[in-house]
Amino acid sequence: MKDIRKIKKGRKITQGIFFSLFKIATAINGIALLVVISFLVINGWRAINWTFLTQAPYDSMTKGGIFPCIVGTIIISLGAILIALPIGVSSAIYLNEYARPGKIVRMIRLGINNLAGIPSVVFGLFGLALFVIWLGFGVSIISGALTLAAMTLPVIIGASEEALRNVPNTYREASLGLGATKWQTIYRVVLPSALPGILTGAILGISRVAGETAPIMFTAAVFYTPSLPSSPFDEIMALPYHIYVLATAGTEIEATRHLQYGTALVLIFIVLGLNLLAIFYRTRLRRRL
Amino acid sequence: MKQNYHSGTSRKNKEKIIRSIFFVIALASGLTLGLIVVFLFMEGLPIFSKVSVKDFIFGIYWYPTDDPADFGIFPLIIASLSVTLVSSVISIPLGISSALFLAEIASRRVREIVKPIVELLAALPSVVIGFFGMVVVAPFLQEIFDIPVGLNLFNASLMLAFMSVPTICSISEDAIFSVPKELREASLALGATQWETIWRVIIPASISGISTAVILGMSRAIGETMVVLMVAGGAAMVPRSIFDPVRPLPASIAAEMAEAPFRGDHYYALFATGIVLFLFTMAFNMVADYISNRYRQVGAATL
Repeated sequence: MKDIRKIKKGRKITQGIFFSLFKIATAINGIALLVVISFLVINGWRAINWTFLTQAPYDSMTKGGIFPCIVGTIIISLGAILIALPIGVSSAIYLNEYARPGKIVRMIRLGINNLAGIPSVVFGLFGLALFVIWLGFGVSIISGALTLAAMTLPVIIGASEEALRNVPNTYREASLGLGATKWQTIYRVVLPSALPGILTGAILGISRVAGETAPIMFTAAVFYTPSLPSSPFDEIMALPYHIYVLATAGTEIEATRHLQYGTALVLIFIVLGLNLLAIFYRTRLRRRL
Repeated sequence: MKQNYHSGTSRKNKEKIIRSIFFVIALASGLTLGLIVVFLFMEGLPIFSKVSVKDFIFGIYWYPTDDPADFGIFPLIIASLSVTLVSSVISIPLGISSALFLAEIASRRVREIVKPIVELLAALPSVVIGFFGMVVVAPFLQEIFDIPVGLNLFNASLMLAFMSVPTICSISEDAIFSVPKELREASLALGATQWETIWRVIIPASISGISTAVILGMSRAIGETMVVLMVAGGAAMVPRSIFDPVRPLPASIAAEMAEAPFRGDHYYALFATGIVLFLFTMAFNMVADYISNRYRQVGAATL
């Protein structure tokens, strides 16, 4: 009897040890996030003021603000999403509403999965070769937006498919039963119910695109532009690239430290803000379903 | 009646056209993938008229701007593989443990708080993580390990681990979560403890999903650019210790492309480096795809 109790106790202890390890591992995630954010906030908040947010840099980037970078990042992220969203949602509609399982669908999915796995710098090379050089768009907003759109396409397709899958089949059947065609059903019934989910995906897409550096290094972003872009064929400054340049390439790396912190803080404020928005929105959606 | 019949066919035709339009658009991803391959090879292959494939891959000297230039990417390949390997030593246990905690131990409430944290961690822009590695981790490592440079293989691996933990965690959590309840209950009913159930039943049942997660996490690490560009140190040498500076494939491409003369040998060599990197990630993804198709997991994980 005593032995059994001992064994039982041993088993309990093993369980306790492993469960604590799991808890610690999970806690490390939270701590990492907290450390990075608080480090940026502590060092960056003093750099942020009205001038910083609304002025262009001057004195070879050691003074002034990051206004052109904010504008550039917003323009290029929105541009990328405007290109990727219609294509992504349409692909998802085909895959979820029209396609029957088979070879073609498997090929399409294989394409999407592999596209999702391509490194961002390879997208940069692709954008450089196709958009900048071959199509002659030059280093420009349009080249960068197209490159980023290609990169974010799998994310948009995935989110839209999930949103479409979550629309109950009874909706479709009711609409078809009333004599609507397939397209009418999709357009009038399925899409409106899936719209919130699709928008959540789009927000996540924007946040991901806004933080990307490697794909725009060769296709859209430059160290410095004297004026804000006025056409899609202009080059831009962007927040992530600005951080990279200030932190690595300048001769005044130490002198611009506060600007680097400030820029990084603005960037994660935008990116994490959009993410929180999407998470919050999605939780509310799930509750409603 | 005739008119009705007529509008019926036109309705049908319209439906067909709409269906075809969606089909064509759905091919866009595949088309993009194809274009990427075509343009990578178009701009990368010319280098092999100067250097043989073997010398390119196994050459240990990367001096692209010297005269005569050396285009050997072996040190870059080793650098990429070693940062990926070291980072996965950290990220695999962390990621899977977090997944097990979320799927098996945490209460619903805790899960609803922790999952967004993991998602936010995944959302941190790589340039910010690279910046953090440069400014905080590098001096810290220099001090505690008493090494000359803080920007090195170990630092890069550490930062990369933080980027792949969320990938590994969320995909394995999905796999673990979808193990059928019956298996869990049967094991517990036989008198196994919760831990024994996890170790002997849950993990074996979800091992294919977990493997996919690990491979995709490693694939993310090997392709990640900004972190290795900013933190790895940048020396194109085969590393001798974990604290040596290295120059992984993506870092080399990103750092040198701006200076490489258009359609010169250096330019072609960087595209060829891109081909090698592309093939690496492609291989990782194919293996992941194969595992998740071949070893169908128990239960219905949506991988």
